Amino acid sequence: MQNYGVYVPRLVTKKEPFAPGHRACIGCGEVLAVRLACKALGQNVIIANATGCMEIVSSPLPTTSWKVPWIHTLFENSAAVASGIESGLKIMMKKGRIAQQDIKVIAMAGDGGTSDIGLQALSGALERGHNFVYICFDNEAYMNTGIQRSSSTPYGAATTTSPAGKVSIGQVSWKKNMPAIAAAHNIPYVATACPSYPFDLMEKVEKAAATPGPAYVHILSVCPTGWRCPTDLSVKLGRLAVETGIFPLYEVEDGKYTLNFDFPKLKPVTAYMKLQGRFRHLSEDIIEKIQQRVTADYAELKEKAVEG
Amino acid sequence: MADRVGIEVSVALGDAVKQANVDVVAAYPITPQTHIVEHLAELVANGELDAAYIPVESEHSAMSACLGSAAAGARTFTATAGQGLELMHEVLYVASSMRLPVVMAVANRALSSPLSVWGDHSDVMAVRDTGWIQIFTENGQEVVDHVFCAFRIAEDNKVLLPVMIHLDGFHLSHVIEPITFPEQSKVDKFLPINKYPLPLHPDKPVTMGDFAPPIIYPEAKWAQEVNLRASKETVLKCWQEFGKIFGHKYQPVESYKAEKAKTLLLTMGSFSETAMTAIDKMRGAGRDVGLVRLRLWRPFPFEELRQAVAGAETLIVVDRALSFGGPGGPVCSEVKAALYGEAKKPKIVSFVSGIGGRDISPDDFETIINKGITISEKGSPNEFEIFGVRE
Repeated sequence: MQNYGVYVPRLVTKKEPFAPGHRACIGCGEVLAVRLACKALGQNVIIANATGCMEIVSSPLPTTSWKVPWIHTLFENSAAVASGIESGLKIMMKKGRIAQQDIKVIAMAGDGGTSDIGLQALSGALERGHNFVYICFDNEAYMNTGIQRSSSTPYGAATTTSPAGKVSIGQVSWKKNMPAIAAAHNIPYVATACPSYPFDLMEKVEKAAATPGPAYVHILSVCPTGWRCPTDLSVKLGRLAVETGIFPLYEVEDGKYTLNFDFPKLKPVTAYMKLQGRFRHLSEDIIEKIQQRVTADYAELKEKAVEG
Repeated sequence: MADRVGIEVSVALGDAVKQANVDVVAAYPITPQTHIVEHLAELVANGELDAAYIPVESEHSAMSACLGSAAAGARTFTATAGQGLELMHEVLYVASSMRLPVVMAVANRALSSPLSVWGDHSDVMAVRDTGWIQIFTENGQEVVDHVFCAFRIAEDNKVLLPVMIHLDGFHLSHVIEPITFPEQSKVDKFLPINKYPLPLHPDKPVTMGDFAPPIIYPEAKWAQEVNLRASKETVLKCWQEFGKIFGHKYQPVESYKAEKAKTLLLTMGSFSETAMTAIDKMRGAGRDVGLVRLRLWRPFPFEELRQAVAGAETLIVVDRALSFGGPGGPVCSEVKAALYGEAKKPKIVSFVSGIGGRDISPDDFETIINKGITISEKGSPNEFEIFGVRE
């Protein structure tokens, strides 16, 4: 469609369930993702938030950025809390204690709260089939506590607990594939998204919320503070992550893969990596190794998408 | 009132939870609590209990799901024991701090290592300071009665605190006892539908679980402390009304043949009934001994305890848990602290016994009392003694 980019933003609600005035860092990609997700979700939600950046920036007692019902309890349990809310609402509606209403329960957490400490609670909630959406805001390390590595930190990235040194390249393990783990639970909807593609993100969050049963959305959230990059590069880096094939945007609907953005030719990973201080120590050999892995993983994903 | 029936206490507890018309049960299996949640699962599966049963993947998630469900305004129950209670540890603080009226039965169990599925109070003592109202029961009837009382206390809008009902693992959870179940209409009247004041709901958005900078954290904690202390009034009122309607009377500290006794034994939980047998026998032989039992563990009943032991010369406290490297049993520590400022107070002797499910017989209690009197007269080089241990 002509002028798509001019026309479509006008259709987006001006309501901001996640209010401005929060304390996120300049250029925070995660808070942008939260804002967009909240716009997509609307008012009829209850959010269970794990401990992490988004909880800390949004809720210093006695203030709040949340105009929708929101609860934070602990780090590793947002999926379990969400399952309790969902079950409570459902039975109270059944018993006529509260009015029948379509209220979507959302669990949100960072990559640490999802792929490390919260993985068990998430797996349990997905397996039990609760009607909820789990959103992982992945900024690829424990940023709230000061940039420590998680299992979602990419290979070769320097963090404060995977520092690059004379005998270390930084993170020595490959990023855990959380969307694949979620999809392995045979849930109806899994998607990856990035706020650099705002309409795609909102559409996926909406779709996830409309899915009966568990849905999982994994959102790459650029963190200039932790990735050691200029704060005005957040949106660009998100795009490059997708354009290089490092973070492909795709959906898994009832096991069927769809690649949402494909490119005739992927950009080289260096286009993405050279803008970030966390990769600056890497030798050409290591970058080549990463390039090969990215190319192979992308090809594998594409094949799945073709197979359908 | 309905007839008395012979029933396993865990099953009776489940039936009482059903009578309490619970909305959500989130639970994970652990011995010796399993029969409770098995029975609840069965009741839900048979359509006898209209509740959501969440078969969570851990106790941490069990209590976390309870947080969510209680915050949504649903009547919420779980049960656990031993290691399960410890795995819940950090979540327990959140339940009380966020004023979420969850009710939990704990079939008290020893802690690893070595692994022991049998009963003692190690699990409770580790969660003593989590801000929950904690009530000990001695027999099946008390367990059933306290299901109703616990929900009523927890959900009282003046209180809004979670409540633990403690029942000794196996010694109480797995025995078959004669129990009277109240009529449903009376339960419904005694326990109205949960009206949580600010539930999570889009109609009236609330933010729950903010973080507190130093400028406000102490005030938040002080408010919690004031609230837990004040809950005693509601606990007392609840028991009073329960007694009026159902005929069973409960007190924070209960005495048995203790009036004007020179020597008092102090116990907590189901072993109190065994101790009564010992007291009966010794009283029969003309001995001047009595029994004091702690029912309300938190908030601690300072005044009631002071009154209960005021006239005694010797107070022998029997704990079922160890405080490693500490002053003795945890209950004895508390009792000593409660009596320290009193001008006239009994000499206090500390025993630890019955850990890891080891039985204490009435004869053992008699030996403990006699030994306690000797220690009280002659003193002891030890802070406390483990009764019956082979060194």
